[in-house]
Amino acid sequence: MFRIKVSDRETTTGLRSFMTNIASLAAGLCAIGIIFVACGVNPFYAISKIFMGSFGSMYGFKETVTKAIPLIIIGGGLTLAFRSRFWNIGAEGQLLMGAIFSTWVGLAWGPHLPSWVIVPLIFAAGFLGGALWGLIPAILKIRFSINEVISTLMLNYICAEFMTLLIVGPWKGRSRFGFPGTDNLPESAILGVISGSRIHYVTLILAIVFAVILAVVVYKTRFGYEVRVIGENPDAGRYAGINFFKTSLIVMAISGGMAGIAGVGEVAGIHHYLTYPASISSGYGFTAIIVAWLAKLNPLYAIVSGLFFAGILVGGDAIQISLGLPAATVQIVNGTLLVFLIMGDFFFKNKITIQWGR
Amino acid sequence: MRKIKKLEMRGISKSFQGNPANRDINLTVKSGEILGLLGENGAGKTTLMNILYGLYQPDSGQIRINDEEVKLTSPLDSIHHGIGMVHQHFMLIQNHSVLENIALGYEKTPFFFPKIRIRDKVVAFAKRFNFAMDPTMKIWQLSAGEQQRVEIIKALLNGADLLILDEPTSVLTPQEIEDLFHILKDMKAQGHMVIIITHKLDEIMDICDRVTVIQKGTVVGSADTATMDKRSLARMMIGREVLFNAEREQLAQGAAVLTVDGITVKGDKGTPVVKNMSFEVHENEIFGVAGVAGNGQRELGEAITGIRAIETGRVGVKGVDTTNMSPRRIYDAGLSHIPEERIRFGIAPGLFLYDNSILKQHHLKKFSKKLFLEYSQIRDHAKALVESYRVSTHSIDVQTKNLSGGNIQKLILGREISEKPPLLVASHPTYGLDVGATEYLREELLTRRREGGAILLFSEDLEEVMKLCDRIAVMFEGEFVGVLDSGDPRLADIGLMMAGSMRI
Repeated sequence: MFRIKVSDRETTTGLRSFMTNIASLAAGLCAIGIIFVACGVNPFYAISKIFMGSFGSMYGFKETVTKAIPLIIIGGGLTLAFRSRFWNIGAEGQLLMGAIFSTWVGLAWGPHLPSWVIVPLIFAAGFLGGALWGLIPAILKIRFSINEVISTLMLNYICAEFMTLLIVGPWKGRSRFGFPGTDNLPESAILGVISGSRIHYVTLILAIVFAVILAVVVYKTRFGYEVRVIGENPDAGRYAGINFFKTSLIVMAISGGMAGIAGVGEVAGIHHYLTYPASISSGYGFTAIIVAWLAKLNPLYAIVSGLFFAGILVGGDAIQISLGLPAATVQIVNGTLLVFLIMGDFFFKNKITIQWGR
Repeated sequence: MRKIKKLEMRGISKSFQGNPANRDINLTVKSGEILGLLGENGAGKTTLMNILYGLYQPDSGQIRINDEEVKLTSPLDSIHHGIGMVHQHFMLIQNHSVLENIALGYEKTPFFFPKIRIRDKVVAFAKRFNFAMDPTMKIWQLSAGEQQRVEIIKALLNGADLLILDEPTSVLTPQEIEDLFHILKDMKAQGHMVIIITHKLDEIMDICDRVTVIQKGTVVGSADTATMDKRSLARMMIGREVLFNAEREQLAQGAAVLTVDGITVKGDKGTPVVKNMSFEVHENEIFGVAGVAGNGQRELGEAITGIRAIETGRVGVKGVDTTNMSPRRIYDAGLSHIPEERIRFGIAPGLFLYDNSILKQHHLKKFSKKLFLEYSQIRDHAKALVESYRVSTHSIDVQTKNLSGGNIQKLILGREISEKPPLLVASHPTYGLDVGATEYLREELLTRRREGGAILLFSEDLEEVMKLCDRIAVMFEGEFVGVLDSGDPRLADIGLMMAGSMRI
């Protein structure tokens, strides 16, 4: 017989944190390997294919960067929300709302305005859309004590259905010949890409700039200080007279607004028109939750973890095609990795010893 | 049959991140003996007992039970060897009943119908030690003293022959302390041994047979209490003579700083616990509120400092109406606050010491320019606080949760008092502090008073109230049953007033 003991780790270091993450990812990949075996696929081949498909070729890498853009920008915003203990599960809906707002501005004003006016305008509209959609659960939480996990999650579906309503109803484009979807945005509102790729660089630059600004905000400003105090100990926040309502509103405006900007990038940079919500986003708002956690709630680290998960998305697509695996494979890979990262946290915080005998 | 007749710790050493907490400690307890473990905050008492309870592993040294070496690698090991511990902060689940909590911690709890099947046993145990309690009550309905008894039963039921109590009296009322001491004496008569961690000299003299004094992680002395007196114990503990009488000179009362006018405040359960109360606190004055815990003192303090809503009435600080203002605006009006539950309210535990040194002051001009915090100023401020308020830490770059309770209290005191606020509200400021720190803190309060500050002091320590306060109010069931000047002879009856059986 043996006994397993769990005790608090008395000391922790940054290196251990990093190593724990690496070990968790490795363990997660092993678990995914077992799933591949169950599907009758050689796991080493499949996993190497995932990384070759995403980082191993020029084409794959470009795709990875393209998909990393929304993940970095949403993940960065989520780090702020999570740090203040606001569990925003609604980034998907906030992204879609950003897409709706920017499409509206782009279609209505785009034809009459030059590019250097309309592009900032659609980004502003997208930010506003995401921010407004993010403010709803913040107000519900502070004024009526409604759990934000539920409200943010449910608002995702409301927004997705609203968007579907728009594209099959009032916003259905004449150029679509009866198929759902708006008309294409005018040329001036479409974001430039790095040639030979789909990387809409304006959004990429915005993503990185936002990450840097957020890091400064969190660690250097008064507002960031208040967010950290609330996140560490809400009672101390009350004692210090921090205004929870104001802080939550700002946090959710930023978090939702950044998701909205990701929505702008997807519409104006990739699709060029508004179509079904599932094609506009493919779950970036949910994947970004993992991105934020893997980044240990540091917006700068979100750049790295965003790239990593974008790689998994792209690699997952690659093996779907080349190995004939089902479309849900990517979700399984993502989910498994998240579970292992969370388990890794347990091993980071606790010391496990096994005693044999007795 | 007692499992432990004699327990010895030999040459125990333990350090955290290179900082020694215990150095070569020797300690012996025998059956039927109560040992007091005395020392200042952060002296390493709790660390040593956590080693004995299997929570920490010593870096070197051995533990011997009945002259045989044992390895205690987890609390379960310790329980098997007959060691039980009641922590300073109780490890009970608030929404569960007494019986459920005991069943959870009891090793022989049957899998099916645990509550019904251990009920008789619990009741019998309670009877043996003269505990009066209803095992179906929920923990949150119990007073601190009753919760402590649940913890003691939990330990005894698991066969604890050696019971470790970590600062057992710090949350108790005087009456409850007496009850606890009765229980301990009963246990002693039945052959149990007890180790009490404390820094209250009176308790050591009252209840302990022997005392071991720890200073900065090493044993500096061990003696039978019969051969010691309070003064020599205190000297042993802090290594120097202690002034037991802080000097409070006569000062003329100044203008009113705090005016409380007919306020009513509701408690957590929605009933009014502060009823239509009015008083003033003046410059050059320490106004003490004494009373048994749970008579509305906490709620009164929270209402004045802006944490709790005021239903009716007004509060003013220096002529500004601060009724139901945010704590920060009240701070700006001139009120500083040393909160009662310092770890819960006073700090953000995961942030660094220097972050916590400006909590509630981070909006002041000297710490932030426009949007940005001035970290160089903040770090200087934190260093100055650590220096002048003797916070023992090896750096200001540590997470605040790694400081000991007493050092956290010193940090909060420094933070709240260093800005020289016109009004200081201090709730149990010396609670949990050792003699040296208590003396120092009281001096600081008197200095503020001399400088013209007004101080509203909540305390259950009558000695402290009598020594420091110019006026003493006794609170009972949400009202002042008497407000007396410090020289008033009727103060002799303060005990009756606290019990609600006398009114002035």
